Amino acid sequence: MLKEICEIPGVSGDEDKIRLFIKEQTCDYVDDLTEDVYGNLIVRKGKEKKPKILLAAHMDEVGMMIMNIEKNGLLKFKTIGLHPQSILAKRVIIGEKQIPGVIGHKPIHLSQQAERNKMPAVKELFIDIGANSREEVEELIQIGELATFDTKFHKDDDRIFGKAFDNRIGCYILIKLIQDTDLSAYFAFTVQEEVGLRGARIIAYRVNPDVAIAVDTTGANELPEKKDLPAYPILGNGPVLTVVDATIICDRKIIKLFEDTAKKHNIKYQYKQPMIGGTDAGVIHITREGIPSAVLSTPARYIHSPLSIASIKDIKNAIKLLTLTIEEILRGVKWN
Amino acid sequence: MELIKNLTEIYGPSGREEKIRILIKSEITKFCKDIKVDVLGNLIAHIPSKNKKDTKKLMFCAHMDEIGLIVKHIDKQGFLRFASVGGIFTEKILHHRVLFENGVTGVIGVETKPETPKPPNLDNFYIDIGAKNQDEAKKMVQLGDIASFYQGTEIINKKVVAKALDDRIGCYCLIETMKRFKKNRFDLYFVFSTQEEVGLRGARTSAFRINPDYAIAVDVTGTGDTPESPQMAVSIGKGVAIKIKDSLFITNPFIKDKLITYARRFKIPYQLEILERGTTDAAVIQLIKEGVLSGVLSIPTRYIHSPNEMCDLNDVRATINLMVACTEQGF
Repeated sequence: MLKEICEIPGVSGDEDKIRLFIKEQTCDYVDDLTEDVYGNLIVRKGKEKKPKILLAAHMDEVGMMIMNIEKNGLLKFKTIGLHPQSILAKRVIIGEKQIPGVIGHKPIHLSQQAERNKMPAVKELFIDIGANSREEVEELIQIGELATFDTKFHKDDDRIFGKAFDNRIGCYILIKLIQDTDLSAYFAFTVQEEVGLRGARIIAYRVNPDVAIAVDTTGANELPEKKDLPAYPILGNGPVLTVVDATIICDRKIIKLFEDTAKKHNIKYQYKQPMIGGTDAGVIHITREGIPSAVLSTPARYIHSPLSIASIKDIKNAIKLLTLTIEEILRGVKWN
Repeated sequence: MELIKNLTEIYGPSGREEKIRILIKSEITKFCKDIKVDVLGNLIAHIPSKNKKDTKKLMFCAHMDEIGLIVKHIDKQGFLRFASVGGIFTEKILHHRVLFENGVTGVIGVETKPETPKPPNLDNFYIDIGAKNQDEAKKMVQLGDIASFYQGTEIINKKVVAKALDDRIGCYCLIETMKRFKKNRFDLYFVFSTQEEVGLRGARTSAFRINPDYAIAVDVTGTGDTPESPQMAVSIGKGVAIKIKDSLFITNPFIKDKLITYARRFKIPYQLEILERGTTDAAVIQLIKEGVLSGVLSIPTRYIHSPNEMCDLNDVRATINLMVACTEQGF
C-alpha cells in the first residue's frame, strides 16, 4: 500500500485520485465518512465521545502547474513548494491524461561557461512532452493542469525511496491506525496544505475537537551547518516531535504525553529543529476558541523534491507511539 | 511603579506565559470575580455592567508575551545556538543577558572570525550559560527551551526603561483601568493575550470566544523622535497615540472618532499614529466572526524589541485616562 499511496499523483488543488484511494482503503473500517466542499476527507471511527480527537494528515504533494504553452510546444510552468535546484531533467507526469514529459533546459553545448555554474530560475526552464507545436500539446494538456514527478517507489531493507513522502507517509500512518486499531477518533485527510494549510482550517472548524494532532513528514537534516553542531533530525532515529515551528507553539501537555509514552514503551524519538516549517496544526490550534494541538512527524531526506528517502522503522515507531499516546488521551487527560 | 517593574522584569516569551499570567491574575483578582484561562493561555477577565441595559461587549486587549530566543543546538563546549521567537534583531542583542524559564541565565556572544559576516547573521550568535561542556549544559537547558531578555527596570527622568514594555506596559494600562473606572457602560472584557509576537494567535481565539461588539488593543508603537530616525509623526511624551492605520489594520472610523472625542473632552494629550511596519492584536480581532469594530491605543516607545525599551509615564497615564473615559462614557 505504501508504494501505491506514494505513486498516486495529487498536487495541491487536485486531490481527487488520492482521496478516492484513501476512501477505498478506509470505508470498511469506519463509522462515518464525509467529503467537504473543499475536498477534505473526514472519517470517524468509533462512537462520538469525549475527548474528541482529530488526527490530520494532508493528502496533497508538491509539484508544478502548467502556466503557458509556447508556440514551439514547450510548456512553461510554476513550481508549487519545490526548489528549482532539485527538478532539472526529471521525468514528470502531467494532468488528467497523465502525459509524460521531462523538465528541459539548455544543453551543455549551447550554454556559456558562466551559465553552467549558475542555477537557472524556474522561468528559464520548461517541460517538454516531445511535441513540436502548441496545437499538438493543446489536444492533451490544458493550462492550469498540474504535474508531478514520475518517480517509482522502491524499497531496500529498512529504507524506502519515492516521491510524495510528504505527506503520503502521514496518510499511510492514519490509514494503518484506522485499519489495525480500534481507536475512537476523527481522521482527516486534508487538501492544499502545501499552499497555505487551507484544508485543515475548515476541517478543524467543522469537527471542533478537544485535541488535535497533525501527522506529517519532516526533513531529515543530516548536513551539519557548522562543525560542532550536530544536524538533526536523523533518519532512523524515530518519530519527530515539534516543540515550536513557524506556525505553532505546540501544546506542552501533549508533548509531555508523547515523551512519557515513548520512554515508558522504549520507543526512540527525536525533536525537530525549532521555528522551521509548518503543518496543519498551525491553523487547527487557533480555530474557534483554540484547540490543544501538537505535531508528530516522520523524518525523510530530501522532502519537497522528486525523490525522498525514509525509514520503515521510523514509520512503524510513529504508528506505535501514536497508538499508545492516543489510548492514553482517550483514557482521559485533563487539558486545563 | 512597583507593578510596572514586576510586569516587565518577569519571564514570559510567546508560548511560555505561565509566570506573567499568574502575576497578572493575582493583581486583578481583587477587581474581578470572573477570570478564565483559555486553551492558548489567554487570561480573560469579565466585568459586566451594573446597568442591565449596557449589553454591548467591549474587549480591551494587551498581549502578555515578549520576544524570545529558542535553543536549537547545544554544542560540544556547551554553547547554545538559537532561533528567534518573534522579531529578534541581530543589532540589538549582542552581549545582553538572557533568562530561561527555570532561572538559568546567560550572555549572548557572537563568532569573531574574520569571515563572520558583518553585520552577523542570527546563526553567528550563541548563548553562553557558563557551562564547561555539552553534558553540563544539557543538565541546565534542553533543546526547545525559550529564553527572554534579562534586564532590570529603571525610571530615568519620568521615562521607563525596561525589557518587554512591548507589551507589559499595555497589560499595566489594562490593570490600572480595571482599578480606576467608577462606572461601566459596557459588558466589559479585559484580555491579556498570548503569542502575539509569533502571529497574533491568542487574540484570535479569545475574540472568538467573547464575540465582542467593540475591541481596543493596547500596545506599543514606534516613534520618529530619535537622532536620524525614520520619519514618523509620533514622539514619546506627547500623549497616547490613537492609531489610524498600520500594516494590517485600518481603524474603524466610528471607534477613531469616539477616541478622539473623549481625548479632547477630557483634555487627555493624544497624537495620531500611522505605523508603516508592524501591527497589533486588533488586526485579527477585527475579522473575527462577522467582524468587530476595532481600534488601537498605542504607547509611543523607543527601541522596541531590544532589551532596553523606553516609554514616557505621562503617555501611560494618558492611555489609562482615555481607557477609563471610554469605559465610563460608553460608545
